[in-house]
Amino acid sequence: MEYRIEVKDLNVYFDELHILKNVSLKIHKNMVTALIGPSGCGKSTFIRTLNRMNDLIDTFKMDGDVLLDGKDIYDPKVDVVELRKRVGMVFQKPNPFPKSIFDNVAYGLKVHGITDNEVITEKVEESLKSAALWDEVKNILDKSAMGLSGGQQQRLCIARTIAVEPEVILMDEPCSALDPISTTKIEDLIHKLKKDYTIIIVTHNMQQATRVSKHTAFFLHGEIIENGPTDKIFIEPCDKRTEDYITGRFG
Amino acid sequence: MHRIISPKIAQKVMKLIFWISGIITILILLVIIGYVILKGMPVLNLEFIFGDPIDSGREGGIFPMIISSAYVTLIALLVATPLSMGAAIYLSEYASEGKLVAAIRFGAETLSSIPSIIFGLFGLAFFVIYLDMGWSVLSGGLTLALMALPTILATSEVSIESINKSYSEGSLALGATKWQTINRVVLPAALPGITTGIILGMGRAIAEAAAILYTVGAALAIPISIFDPARPLPLHLYILATEGISLENAYGTAAVLVIIIIIITVVTNTLVDRYSKKMMGR
Repeated sequence: MEYRIEVKDLNVYFDELHILKNVSLKIHKNMVTALIGPSGCGKSTFIRTLNRMNDLIDTFKMDGDVLLDGKDIYDPKVDVVELRKRVGMVFQKPNPFPKSIFDNVAYGLKVHGITDNEVITEKVEESLKSAALWDEVKNILDKSAMGLSGGQQQRLCIARTIAVEPEVILMDEPCSALDPISTTKIEDLIHKLKKDYTIIIVTHNMQQATRVSKHTAFFLHGEIIENGPTDKIFIEPCDKRTEDYITGRFG
Repeated sequence: MHRIISPKIAQKVMKLIFWISGIITILILLVIIGYVILKGMPVLNLEFIFGDPIDSGREGGIFPMIISSAYVTLIALLVATPLSMGAAIYLSEYASEGKLVAAIRFGAETLSSIPSIIFGLFGLAFFVIYLDMGWSVLSGGLTLALMALPTILATSEVSIESINKSYSEGSLALGATKWQTINRVVLPAALPGITTGIILGMGRAIAEAAAILYTVGAALAIPISIFDPARPLPLHLYILATEGISLENAYGTAAVLVIIIIIITVVTNTLVDRYSKKMMGR
């Protein structure tokens, strides 16, 4: 079994607050891994460690190893810009730029130095098709992305992310602001994308975790209590706390 | 405790008070503008707008003053806009809260509350005499730039800071650098607010008489070089009125100034509105 990401003994602090405690996790290549756990357990902090978004917070401190394809992403020689190109992120609230639909998808290509309009146009179409949004927007590409529905906006954000061809896509509760129909569309999309991308999804929705993921890790108070194949976690969890959480006794 | 007035009546009374306050504000504006334009009307014609002044402005037109105003305002904005934008971007995007930031903010706030005549005196001492620029469009424009700077800075900073942080995060997560994020996402989104700031700064500069009183000279000819003296509209208006040259032409000049400001405001508001709507897809 090949691993895309290996996290070893990760500790994260914000000032004095110890957010993640000795977290170790291996993320399989081209598979969907779900991170579950109650609010404030450190799931979001964990995935934001994987593309170094926590670096934006002044009080962030960490120790431990985060390896992407065997290389430490916190090595001083690592180019954060290059890393974030390889590890894309979809946020909880859809956050398209206040630009046209086309420009939203073209943005990542342009900041990475692609200037050939033909290449950009082709890539925008391809990305929108991969994100199952093309048919809905192909005639309004020059209209503002802010006019789209929440679900469309989130698929646009996914299109924007896959346009720069990342290896890993981090999704931080991507459906929590969406209605059930939009959620189904995003989940279908995740199924489609998993053969090309390694996906890590944070979710509060247990059904969603069982529907989309092959592997699940349960976080509680900054620690991973249990992780393994999703089927096993949800059918016969080893730890009482995991069982309590997935059966809705707390969280 | 008994209620003296029922909440329903209090609600109605308060609503009425707020409505009246709003109406009074509009009325004050309309009365002033209307008065100036009505009083200026009798002398307003093409000859007045496009003609040269005759006999110190007792007769003739104000074309050189219109050009002077445009000239000094342009110089003020060319200097103040990049400077204040740079400071606004630094304050809102790069600086972490600290003594330097507090000092810059305090400096800008103080600068905006200094009376304009003080700017005029400083301009005289520094630009006109010390830097030997003489009474000129350049000295006047630079003095006005100092006045417009804090206005543009404050408005730009607020509008950059009001841009949703989720846009920046989205951009950085795609592997954009900080400057790419600021330049391609944050600034375009903040453009309507920044434009408003520039227009407010321009309004301060174009309407100012005291700050240019000692710096721009009072020449009646059209300024060509930036080292030529000039006579912007507010200064001309001031001279016409205080020296008892022609009160009719003073009102005419005032009317032209007010109309120019109204046109600029309306045109920019329309453009900004159109841009915002396109950007936000409404």
